[in-house]
Amino acid sequence: MKIKMPRWFYQLASPRWFYEFTGALLPWFSAAAILLLVIGTVWGLVFAPADYQQGNSFRIIYIHVPSSILAQSCYMMMAVAGAVGLVWKMKIAHVVAGACAPIGASIAIMSLATGAIWGKPTWGAWWVWDARLTAMLVLLFLYIGVIALNSAFENKASADKATAILSLVGLVNIPIIKYSVEWWNTLHQPATFTVTEKPAMPPEMWVPLLVMALGFYCFFAVVLMSRARTEVLEREKRSDWVKRVIQSY
Amino acid sequence: MGNFSSFADFLQMGTHGLYVWLSYGIALVIFIYNIVSAYWLKRQFFINAKRRLRREQGTV
Amino acid sequence: MKFFLAALKRDLLLVFRHRNDIINPLAFFLMVAVLFPLGVSPNPVFLAEVAPGVIWVAALLACLLSVDGIFRTDYDDGSLEQMLVSSESLLLLVLAKVLSHWLISGFCLAIISPLVAMMFFLPEQGYTALILSLLLGTPTLSLMGAIGAGLTVGLRKGGVLISLLVLPLYIPVLIFGAGTVHAGAMGLPIQGYLALLGAILVLSLMLAPFAIAAALKISVRS
Repeated sequence: MKIKMPRWFYQLASPRWFYEFTGALLPWFSAAAILLLVIGTVWGLVFAPADYQQGNSFRIIYIHVPSSILAQSCYMMMAVAGAVGLVWKMKIAHVVAGACAPIGASIAIMSLATGAIWGKPTWGAWWVWDARLTAMLVLLFLYIGVIALNSAFENKASADKATAILSLVGLVNIPIIKYSVEWWNTLHQPATFTVTEKPAMPPEMWVPLLVMALGFYCFFAVVLMSRARTEVLEREKRSDWVKRVIQSY
Repeated sequence: MGNFSSFADFLQMGTHGLYVWLSYGIALVIFIYNIVSAYWLKRQFFINAKRRLRREQGTV
Repeated sequence: MKFFLAALKRDLLLVFRHRNDIINPLAFFLMVAVLFPLGVSPNPVFLAEVAPGVIWVAALLACLLSVDGIFRTDYDDGSLEQMLVSSESLLLLVLAKVLSHWLISGFCLAIISPLVAMMFFLPEQGYTALILSLLLGTPTLSLMGAIGAGLTVGLRKGGVLISLLVLPLYIPVLIFGAGTVHAGAMGLPIQGYLALLGAILVLSLMLAPFAIAAALKISVRS
């Protein structure tokens, strides 16, 4: 199952190249993350209009929706990176997948917490068995499983492969879980109005949302790269270039 | 100041101040946790690596 | 096919030698179900209302409990390693193991489930739905559970870990299975629900054996 890939793909597989490349990218992504997050927060909190139904509690959307999207794409990235690692036996891909898990879990917690808090003024309860919230809770469980399995192995190579398989199984299951939870939700609580699905959001509401979402992605990239860089150094600590990096630190 | 007539009004967020600020607070805490934990891992690695390197050079 | 049957026969023989392996999941299933009236209320109306969910949760836990051991003995005595290096198809071997696990857990649970349904005052029209949903749903539980068992068989602390890995994956089966029983108890048509359970079963039959085989290879090599 070997497919010929472009040259950069194989370069990315070299730990040293990865370390230097991400080192060059890191400042740019950090700057972009800070800029986007600050602009998005101020815009969302101060300048975006309040919702005519929900008032100012609507402003929670500017962290709830980006964190929900990010938690899901982070899982997808983890599973895809794991698959790349399995197929092309690429260690860097496993390093990236391993770095995704704790970040994704924390972002899923953020999405759950803000969703629950948003539920209080909207539905009158801190927790509502809403389809999206429940699906996010299951996603958090999937992350917890991946993290637990990864830390249970002593041998790193086996841990990499086992987590890759588990996250792929989870990835296949996510659409089924989402569908089943939505179906279960309509069965048990018909026609609750969902906060995140507004038919037509005016641009002064969704533009800051877009800025925030981009900011979340940049932030994710920054944390992911720095975690992966440390892990690369840890795995390559016997090689000469890492020794030079350590001495010059 | 944007949609709000005063700073106190901004803090109150209508009647939803608690919920909005709690959400943004949690988001901030999780962001800080991510930054600090990534930094901590890196620091820990370099401390251990330097110690190991010094030990190795000492024995040679 | 011959190989498949031989592997299946071997596993079933082993199970019959230790008869506890059959009785344990069943006893566990009954005990968990009994805890609910004791813990909440013996009111017949209430019990009939929660029966589909409780029976399904109990069945799911019984499957989970027993799936942990599906590869354990073969791993411990080294025969799993032999099977992996032998030229016979690993996928068939895995399927045989899962099938034998299902026969001693899910299949038996489906057969004794009317007993629990009776204790929970489930309306009689729901019995067919209960048995059919368990027959169609529990094979998926065995397949998914075997993925978790394959991943954790080489680890010392398998027990709790496997629940963490597998329980989230069980959620769709639980939802559709309990939904089938609900619909059946109310006298609604259940074909749609059974079709969904069947679709999930087909999907996991096609994909899970590959994941189980890959997981076993990792566990044995490490």
